[in-house]
Amino acid sequence: MTIIVKPEKPWASSPKQRAISAGIIVLALMSTYLVVLLTPMKGKLAYGLVFFLLFILFDFIYHTRLYGFRSGKDAIARGVVASGIVFATLPIFSILITVFIRGRRGLYWGLFSNDMKANSVNDPLNQGGLVHALTGTFILVTIALIISLPIGILTALYLTEIRGRFSGPIKFLVQAMSGVPSIVAGLFILAAIVYPITKSYSGFMGSLALTILMIPTIARTSEEVLLLIPGELREAGLALGGTQWRTVAMVVVPAAKSGLVTAVILGIARVAGETAPIILLTGGGDRVNPNPFNGPMGSLPFYIWKSFSVGTEESVTRAWAGIFVLLMIVLVLFVSARFLSERGKS
Amino acid sequence: MTEPTENGIENMETAPLTSSLASVAESAKAQREIATHSMGVGLEARGIHAWFGQKHVLQDVSLDFWSGTVTALIGPSGCGKSTFIRTLNRMHEFIPGAAMAGDVLLDGVDIYAPGTDVTKIRLKVGMVFQKPNPFPSMTIAENVLAGLKLAQLKIENRDDLMQECLERAGLWSEVKDRLDAYGGSLSGGQQQRLCIARALAVRPEVLLMDEPCSALDPGSTLKIEETISHLSTSMTIIIVTHNMQQAARVSDYTAFFLSDDGPGAMIEVGPTDQIFSRPKDNRTENYVTGRFG
Amino acid sequence: MTSPEKRELTTVPRFSDKVFRGIVTGGGLSSLIILGLIFAFLAYQGYSVLRSQGVHFITGSAWQIVQDSAGNIDYAQTKFGIAAMLIGTMLCALIAVFIAVPISVLSALFLTFYAPPFVKRIMVAVVDLMAAFPSILFGLWGFFILMPSVEYWAKLIHKYFGFIPIFKLEAPVVTRSPFVAGVVLAVMIIPIVTSVSREIFSQTPLDRIQAAYALGATRWSMIRAVVFPYGKSGVVGGAMLGLGRAMGETVAVYTVLNIVYKVNWHVLLGAGGNVASMILLKFGEAGPEEIKALMAAGLVLFLLTLLVNSLADFIVNKSGSKGR
Repeated sequence: MTIIVKPEKPWASSPKQRAISAGIIVLALMSTYLVVLLTPMKGKLAYGLVFFLLFILFDFIYHTRLYGFRSGKDAIARGVVASGIVFATLPIFSILITVFIRGRRGLYWGLFSNDMKANSVNDPLNQGGLVHALTGTFILVTIALIISLPIGILTALYLTEIRGRFSGPIKFLVQAMSGVPSIVAGLFILAAIVYPITKSYSGFMGSLALTILMIPTIARTSEEVLLLIPGELREAGLALGGTQWRTVAMVVVPAAKSGLVTAVILGIARVAGETAPIILLTGGGDRVNPNPFNGPMGSLPFYIWKSFSVGTEESVTRAWAGIFVLLMIVLVLFVSARFLSERGKS
Repeated sequence: MTEPTENGIENMETAPLTSSLASVAESAKAQREIATHSMGVGLEARGIHAWFGQKHVLQDVSLDFWSGTVTALIGPSGCGKSTFIRTLNRMHEFIPGAAMAGDVLLDGVDIYAPGTDVTKIRLKVGMVFQKPNPFPSMTIAENVLAGLKLAQLKIENRDDLMQECLERAGLWSEVKDRLDAYGGSLSGGQQQRLCIARALAVRPEVLLMDEPCSALDPGSTLKIEETISHLSTSMTIIIVTHNMQQAARVSDYTAFFLSDDGPGAMIEVGPTDQIFSRPKDNRTENYVTGRFG
Repeated sequence: MTSPEKRELTTVPRFSDKVFRGIVTGGGLSSLIILGLIFAFLAYQGYSVLRSQGVHFITGSAWQIVQDSAGNIDYAQTKFGIAAMLIGTMLCALIAVFIAVPISVLSALFLTFYAPPFVKRIMVAVVDLMAAFPSILFGLWGFFILMPSVEYWAKLIHKYFGFIPIFKLEAPVVTRSPFVAGVVLAVMIIPIVTSVSREIFSQTPLDRIQAAYALGATRWSMIRAVVFPYGKSGVVGGAMLGLGRAMGETVAVYTVLNIVYKVNWHVLLGAGGNVASMILLKFGEAGPEEIKALMAAGLVLFLLTLLVNSLADFIVNKSGSKGR
């Protein structure tokens, strides 16, 4: 028994097949160029459409010749299905490129050391900054997090640990709450607190509206994480004579820690760029205001909104720079959430 | 991993059925004696190895399946029997990380050759799974003809074909009045025979059966075994089974597989009565006499 | 022989557990309380307008505040009606769903049944990332990048399909039309519809898939015979979920839609309506009476999205639990 047999994957596509597939793409590209050159169809849309149709046609012909009509049909289906993911992800690449190119022009280091108290959005781009907006967003999101984290996690614990008779309805309501339009959350805070009680805009009011939008995200992500904790772990805790409270606090929650951090990050990402309730509730100041209970509070989405609404060249560039910073924040949050949840799985 | 108790229970429950089965099996076997040597080798496995990721699960199995015979693959769980038959119709490759080596020749042609249309291979080598899996969204009639629809084969007299397949699977008399009912409304044993009828409708040359009775009660098992006996006159059948009595009842040839901490391998193959009465390898003897496994 | 009596298994929870369970249950009920409060306060603030306008509030399209010479509001002349806005909301959201659902279903099929593992990992992350983008980002991108292209598409559609009533143009104005808003919304809801569809497709029973392949199915005929019948209602639920999101979207629609107080069914015409955007538009300079009307509009929007979302949730859950 000295013969060593190597594992093979005879079903994987061979170099020859890959070369043929590449050849079909090249052929379709060249034919597309010719078709657009020779017919009145012009523009990006024409290139895309003609290439798509020609590629599917060539692929269909190749597979039909090889294995018959039903294999050709399968090839058409594959082409159409693959076009779906192209259409779905094209916008995101367009967005990333646009924000990077347009936002870059408005970036300078002073953005992180100045606020707008002495400047208008129409001033040259090397004046004024985002400090008030960044601190404002930080305060708004922190307060929203402080309120919604316990509520969200308690909701998740109710669904996974208590499983009482309201579990079904509560799951349903959390789902329903995640669909509440953000403007309605803003109107609610206006109706319930601003008009009857405080009668003034402040950062805290904005945070309350964000809380409503944040709770469902935290609750649902935490629930998913807690469901992954094996039941034996809970039984082990109870079998050692622990009360349910101590088992949850000492065993279940620590085991789910990195997942719960993911839930927090996703919750922050959900509300950090939320604009509509911020416009209704915070008053949007131009200077750093550390007091969330008194006076208007600026924030990143408000800054973007205001700069965009003015509509001059400088102000729109400012809006893009603001978007650039906001997108970076969202990207960092998203990547760290991914990283944590991937690590939690392994 | 071992199931001596399970086998024991099955023995007790199927004991009264064995005598009635014996006569059916005997007559079918007699008919096949003639067929066996006139039709030649239909399916040949040459030096089959299989891997899941880095794990070598099957080592160097070479086995010929004669047309018109039933071959039973027996052995303890995890010995690579199921993996082996899944390499015979290229279902092995659906498992992520799967790899293999060796050749499988169907009518002398390698089914793993580059440029092979794998769907045509699966039309010629049909399969019945461990758990009955009729398509829930289709009626009984649609289930039987599903293969034609899936493979986009055109055929006249669809109703005749459906009736023929259901008859060959031994289900016609039970379902002929409710062909428009959904497949899921049948009992487990009926569902499995529906799956057999479904596999027959595309007229395969070979039928692979992966423990087709393991999820069924003894009565249904008897019916399936009768079906196998009837079918074996016209096609090659390869059946994986845990139940040695079943192997003895339905098969002409038996192959014994065993995994000894390493990859599974075929220990011995021969005519069924020889494997059960005078095996050459004492590991086979230990297994068939119930000393382990 | 007497049958043995069943013993009741009871546990008396310790005090700490009682407190724990009480607190957790209280937290769990928060969603009920918050949704109830939203309804109650919007209804309270909007009540007077809803009562004075009656059914006209959702059937009428006039929005005018009439004041007498002394500056007091003339309640007989003042009209609040959001019919045009409601119809516009539905129109934009439906366009979005019609565009997004095919793309999302194809994407989900690609990710579940076609993509090699590493492509799948990257693409799933990309689609999820898009779901985390703030709506103001879509608004600006839609306004500056997408809108010019979509207007060009709108002209093409009008040229070749203008005979279909909804593609008619009474005036050659295609800027900031419901169609443009619908396309922007479609981009925004693609991630959620894709991820719901992907979830549903990945639950397709493996043994049925294998049965189809063992019968000689190609990948596409397997999908048609096994995946579609199984995932049909789940995809419908995902589409409803997307519809709900599209109806409630505010800022992105505001930036690309021209709001006009007139019912308009012509999707290519640059005159649309949208409840959420209208609230944002009017809020800045609204007086106390108009604020009440906006609250009432918010209440209608809240109930509408709640209804659509509940229906979606119901459909998705039903299809998820159906015989695997």
